[in-house]
Amino acid sequence: MTTQTKSARRSAGPAKSASVTAFINARIIDPASDCDEPGGLLIKDGRIADIGPHLRRNAPENVNVVDCKGNVLAPGLIDAQVFTGEPGFEHRETLKTASNAAAAGGVTTIVVMPETNPVIDQVALVDFIQRRARDNAIVNVHTMAAMTKGLKGEEMTEIGLLKRAGAIAFSNGKSSVANTRVMRNVLLYGKDFGALIAHHTEDPYLSQNGMMNSGEVAARLGLSGSPKAAEIIMLERDVRLVEMTGGRYHAATISCAESLEVIRTAKSRPLPVTCGVSINHLTLNENDIGPYRTFFKMRPPLRSDDDRAAMVAGVASGDIDIIVSSHDPQDADDKRRPFAEATDGAVGLETLLSAALRLYHSEELSLLDIFRAMTINPARILGLHSGRLAKGAVADVILVDLGQPWVLNKDELRSRSKNSPFDESKMRGRVLRTLVAGNTVYQYPGPERR
Amino acid sequence: MTSAVAKVSALHFPHRHLLTVEGLGVTEINFLLDLADKAADASRQPGKKRDVLRSRTLINLFFEASTRTQSSFEMAAKRLGADVLNMNVSTSSVQKGETLIDTAMTLNAMRPDIIVVRHHAAGAVELLAQKIDCSVVNAGDGAHQHPTQALLDALTIRRAKGRVDGLTVAICGDILHSRVARSNIILLNTLGARVRIAAPSTLLPAAAERFGAEVYTDMWKCLDGADVVMMLRLQRERMEGSYVPSTREYFHFFGLDHEKLARAKPDALIMHPGPMNRGVEIASTVADHSRSVIRDQVEMGVAVRMAVLEALARSLPKR
Repeated sequence: MTTQTKSARRSAGPAKSASVTAFINARIIDPASDCDEPGGLLIKDGRIADIGPHLRRNAPENVNVVDCKGNVLAPGLIDAQVFTGEPGFEHRETLKTASNAAAAGGVTTIVVMPETNPVIDQVALVDFIQRRARDNAIVNVHTMAAMTKGLKGEEMTEIGLLKRAGAIAFSNGKSSVANTRVMRNVLLYGKDFGALIAHHTEDPYLSQNGMMNSGEVAARLGLSGSPKAAEIIMLERDVRLVEMTGGRYHAATISCAESLEVIRTAKSRPLPVTCGVSINHLTLNENDIGPYRTFFKMRPPLRSDDDRAAMVAGVASGDIDIIVSSHDPQDADDKRRPFAEATDGAVGLETLLSAALRLYHSEELSLLDIFRAMTINPARILGLHSGRLAKGAVADVILVDLGQPWVLNKDELRSRSKNSPFDESKMRGRVLRTLVAGNTVYQYPGPERR
Repeated sequence: MTSAVAKVSALHFPHRHLLTVEGLGVTEINFLLDLADKAADASRQPGKKRDVLRSRTLINLFFEASTRTQSSFEMAAKRLGADVLNMNVSTSSVQKGETLIDTAMTLNAMRPDIIVVRHHAAGAVELLAQKIDCSVVNAGDGAHQHPTQALLDALTIRRAKGRVDGLTVAICGDILHSRVARSNIILLNTLGARVRIAAPSTLLPAAAERFGAEVYTDMWKCLDGADVVMMLRLQRERMEGSYVPSTREYFHFFGLDHEKLARAKPDALIMHPGPMNRGVEIASTVADHSRSVIRDQVEMGVAVRMAVLEALARSLPKR
């Protein structure tokens, strides 16, 4: 699919023009400008030098030309919730392997979570992540820092200094801050620094020992459940605290219809509240657990199909701002256990877009909705300049074949852990090429050469 | 002081107690500051002792540990010739309202003339004042009021700058828990100063913007062009993650160092009510800066308390 015309290759000598590449004959999708039209793109020195319908057929003289063959050119995806194992659990995932997986999935920016060992709750550790990412990662890496020391939910971290060091937002990992007073202070104190507080919403007492969604399926399987109320209560509490403090709040991953209602009301007031949903909660439900399949065990737990449908509707209406992979590598030993004892989490970087395209093919979501929730929306919430295709923007760009059918074989995943709920699933649509700052960091080799 | 002046002054400060600076007018405040000015000058003379409070009894009733305020009141009273009794009530046991009133009634029965009270609960001093016959001076009640501190700060500023009116005063630090801040905001406003406060939001009271002060969460901006920088003490138990994450972060964003001080006017005064946490709310070298008037504040403390006691003595029944 990457076709350099002979003339372009001939003329692309060692001169400057070598760094200019034209992507022609593409379907340009840029949610930031509500654009979905045929066109082309010109990349020069790592930035988008030109874009538009005029580049559909004709590239300028003396540049490399890539014929996109009608495939989609879109901004590289921004995944705002990625767990890695670095530092502390490198056997699960490193920044390097996570970035390889991201590139293959069309994700050009990942935001890694502070839930590592040690927890990213100090300036030196933010610095560590940034240096490791700079040296090893092939996509952009940002880190959230812990909002409480050691993620214990007791004492707030040095939010001002951490933000200054580059922490993009503040998270408490996969646990909620149960102490309301601490959460109030985090929001209040964070506000002074313009910090984004991204919170996992699950009341730890109500969800204690909860292995999956409370309800009939859990009851039949004989598993203790985590009720939706655990999420709703925590979310409602947080919204009250936002109202009280004015802090910038992001509900990391909501999973049920009632939570969506809370978000909708909060936004209408209006409060500085945004929310995300994981790709799993848009495409899977509790029935997928079937005979205790532990790859479907995650936090928040998969809910009913009605909840799933509500989440999809929430993305369509814009009440849910972003879609994340919630990529959470777990090694086989931790998953190959009785359901109750298995760890939570599913990898998702490489399948993020393909899974989301299921919703496009099933006509539940439009392409613009899907890409909006994974490009410009996370960029705006996180304060990034990427996530858009515009003249002058950094060329984080992906080329996507919307229709290509394939079957996921988890052993081919680039992630160090293979705990994908989509193993052996039929997919339609895949990333053909991923560019970060104009450099190709991934290129689909074609089915026969894999 | 002549008897003519005494008559005028009784009119100028017609109060039995000093419980709060709220409601004090400019004339009353200036009267106290003028009196304190003279007391300050007199205190620098070898013969300090006067007899304004001769044969009067003053009780220092401190429910909360204090060194400087208590000794300042004691010294002020002794310089005016009073008999002073210091009573330190245990701080470890929680004082209930009834106990407080019982204590007050007991002391009242001893017929003192003035009781100086410090209590950890806001409103406690006022409650006590309702129950006893003598004059009561509030030496600090919870996070509510500390009137003599505000007066001594005003006097320190007035002596250094020649005026208070029109000056920009930046009060920085733990406003939420500070009676010093509350008293100063009111008193300085009354005297025509422009008051700014700076603190992280976790250390600002609700509706702080309605206190008569401009509110900042950015200390650099708060100090822009300030004539006076007044730092507040941050208590140790509030440093580690509850209100602020760490002393390091607090000092970085809200500690007075040379960099932040440079935003204030070149001749800005540096003040602190004490005791200081060097390296937490104020850099050591800033505390010892040539523009620091922190030790003057201590001196003016005695003078202001002399003035207050003298003014109240005029309202006491004739001996």
